[in-house]
Amino acid sequence: MNNILNQIGIENYIFLSVILFCIGIFGVLYRRNAIIVFMSIEIMLNAVNLLFVAFSTYHQDAQGQVFVFFSMAVAAAEVAVGLAILVSIFKNSGSISIDTLKNLKG
Amino acid sequence: MNTNIALLLVLAPFAGFLINVFFGKSVGKTVSGIIGTLSVAISFATSIYFFNALTAEPKGFNITLFDWIHVSNIKIDFGFLLDQLSVLWLLFVTGIGSLIHLYSISYMHDDENMHKFFAYLNLFVFFMITLVVGSNLLVLFIGWEGVGLCSYLLIGFWYKNQDYNDAAKKAFIMNRIGDLGLLIGIFILGHLFSTLDYATLKTAIAGATNIDLYWLSAAALCLFIGATGKSAQIPLYTWLPDAMAGPTPVSALIHAATMVTAGIFMITRLNFIFDLTPDVQSIIAVIGAITALVAATIGLVQNDIKKVLAYSTVSQLGLMFLALGLGAYEVAVFHVITHAFFKACLFLGSGSVIHALHGEQDMRKMGGLKKVMPITFITMLVSSLAISGVPVFSGFFSKDEILLTAFHHNIPLWVVASVASIMTAFYMFRLMFLTFFNAFRGTEEQKHHLHESPALITFPLIVLAILATIGGLISLPGNSWLNEYLTPILPKLASEEHHLGSTEYLLMAVAVVGGLVGIGLAYAKYNKQNTVPGDDASITGFAKVLYNKYYLDEIYNFIFVKSVNELSKFFRDQVETNLSAFVFGFGKVTNSISLQGKKVQNGSVGLYLFAFVLGLCAIISFLFLAQ
Amino acid sequence: MSILLILFCVLAAITLSTAFLTVFSRNPIHSAIYLVICFFSVAGHYLLLNAQFLAIVHIIVYSGAIMILFLFTIMLMNLNKENEVHKPRITRLGAIVSFCLVCLILITIFINSKPIAGEYIATGEDYQSIKVLGKILLNEYMVPFEFASILLLVAMIGTVLLSKKEKLEK
Repeated sequence: MNNILNQIGIENYIFLSVILFCIGIFGVLYRRNAIIVFMSIEIMLNAVNLLFVAFSTYHQDAQGQVFVFFSMAVAAAEVAVGLAILVSIFKNSGSISIDTLKNLKG
Repeated sequence: MNTNIALLLVLAPFAGFLINVFFGKSVGKTVSGIIGTLSVAISFATSIYFFNALTAEPKGFNITLFDWIHVSNIKIDFGFLLDQLSVLWLLFVTGIGSLIHLYSISYMHDDENMHKFFAYLNLFVFFMITLVVGSNLLVLFIGWEGVGLCSYLLIGFWYKNQDYNDAAKKAFIMNRIGDLGLLIGIFILGHLFSTLDYATLKTAIAGATNIDLYWLSAAALCLFIGATGKSAQIPLYTWLPDAMAGPTPVSALIHAATMVTAGIFMITRLNFIFDLTPDVQSIIAVIGAITALVAATIGLVQNDIKKVLAYSTVSQLGLMFLALGLGAYEVAVFHVITHAFFKACLFLGSGSVIHALHGEQDMRKMGGLKKVMPITFITMLVSSLAISGVPVFSGFFSKDEILLTAFHHNIPLWVVASVASIMTAFYMFRLMFLTFFNAFRGTEEQKHHLHESPALITFPLIVLAILATIGGLISLPGNSWLNEYLTPILPKLASEEHHLGSTEYLLMAVAVVGGLVGIGLAYAKYNKQNTVPGDDASITGFAKVLYNKYYLDEIYNFIFVKSVNELSKFFRDQVETNLSAFVFGFGKVTNSISLQGKKVQNGSVGLYLFAFVLGLCAIISFLFLAQ
Repeated sequence: MSILLILFCVLAAITLSTAFLTVFSRNPIHSAIYLVICFFSVAGHYLLLNAQFLAIVHIIVYSGAIMILFLFTIMLMNLNKENEVHKPRITRLGAIVSFCLVCLILITIFINSKPIAGEYIATGEDYQSIKVLGKILLNEYMVPFEFASILLLVAMIGTVLLSKKEKLEK
């Protein structure tokens, strides 16, 4: 069976992943709404996962996919805990703009 | 066996010190006094034992306790050398020491800290013995420092008076300055000969073919500087008159008979070094003679009875150094012994007078005491005759030897010494006439309480007066037991011939006449005419200069103390403020930097995320570029 | 142009556009919906690369769990009202700068790396079916597997604790 990358070429996957990652970074830095920031982080994680799977096909090795497996587990845990924190902050301060989270001011 | 007795000799006073320190207050005054006296008496008994043992074994006893310092090629062990010189010193130190302890039991009876006094006295005797019996210069140095310490403790014994404390500090500091000289001398000797042991030094110097005389003279000079500090010669003598602030037994023991003789002991011990450096010997002789004269002139006008005796001590020590400088070590030793007898007697007698007058020390307020205190009067009279060089008494023989030696070596020095002796006779009898003759000049209150002192005070006076009388017998001209005794220490004595020619008899006559002239002048002025020195305000002219000790203390203060003060003020004002500004400046700079750096942490999450991304880019570029 | 390439381009277009719209929507609910569509398209990519198990797990975990969590949070806390504070100009500038920077750096790096020459390896063996994946996961990666389960347990406990209402002391 042929490697599918023969048709598509690995550089396309790389470009796609990179641009997705940059969109994610842009979202993190640009938006002030904490929920949108979280979603941008999920976008970044997805970009990385995509690249892992692409390279796993390139090397014909399953280890890339195993790593994606664990990455997804961690992402799930992170979202759960992050949203719980967000909810507490919202209950305490009434707004979810990250500009209000200035308690660590030195 | 000898080791044990030597240990007993050294440690008995130390045991007395410890007992008095820990149990003195609880056993009561008399018992603590008896313990103190007994410990010194034990040392005296052991010194007599060693004295007898030396007749059988003239080489002396070299007792090594333990190896002490062993550094590359210098080996110093802690040991004792009991030969003729040290045993002779021990005899009169412990002998006079025990008499003074006995005296102090009665003299210090009213003082609440009597046990402390005896503790300090015992500690002093311990250190003095260590100084004398040490077999090398380092053990001597231990004793040297220790007696300086005890001198400080005892001078400032009545510590509630700040003037006494200052006097004690002055004594200690001046001693220390001399000690620096002594240390440098010891270092030079150690460097030159790789040993500090007396016997080894002697053989090393005798056997050495080319000794660097320049360095040897330097060492000798430094050792002499140490001796000037301890034995109160110019320029380090000003502490001794101020040291009269201590109780009278202290003045008698330390500043008349024992501690001040340590310098002479050291120089006699190291005679083989000084014999090789004639330049340093000349310096010693000249300084000794000048000190004798200067101190005698100051003593002419003093009104405090103890100060007169203090300046007399400095003057007599000057005469001893004159003898040492002329190479006549045995003469100096003879004078040390006779001086110890009569000066201790004089000090103890003055203590008896002060005690009877309840603390009055000004001679202008004394007078007519000879009927009330006969024993004190007679003993002090005997000692004064001795110090003035009247024949038969011991002082005549020893002082005459010094004058004889001076005449044979250097006539100007003889003139200076003779003038000093005449002045000595004058002021000693001025003291006697002012204190004991004519009418009493004190208050009525004091007059009613005048009485002779108790037996414990008069007994030592009598013993010392007897010794002052017969002490001359140990070294009669032409037939000197002392010279034969000291021959193992001073080998050249064996070859010297002492014959009494007409020159010697003439000189003796001149000295005696001089002494009698001095006594006569004093008699004329203070007895016949009954002159009493006036108040301090009425002294004018040259007498004022003498009364104020040639303003030497003020000069020292101006040169040394003031300059050090100015220097420290300079350091405090200029250097330290700048230095601390510089050091604090570091802190200030750090503070201001951190104040600016604090702005990075403004708590805004957006900024932190931005920093994340920038850092990520930086790391990636760095990793990429690194390839 | 093979059919696979066309498929890839379509999926890529959907991914990028929905991701872009997620970031730039005013309404958080709209952002969430767009993100769900983005995830589905990524799952399509996985299928294209023959990672079937991973695609299904991706849909279940991301679209099925994480996005539901997001949507619940937004709706229950009534965050759909967008009260965007006027952002200071410097942050906007900073964001654009960093976006361009990262983009530039990554693409430069990838372009300057050696181009992949030659054929792609095709062994013909099965390397990624669910059977093989399971074997590798539970043989070589046993310890991380267990750790991941502990991690999930801890996250669960943490989340519950964090969102509990505090008992008021009477």
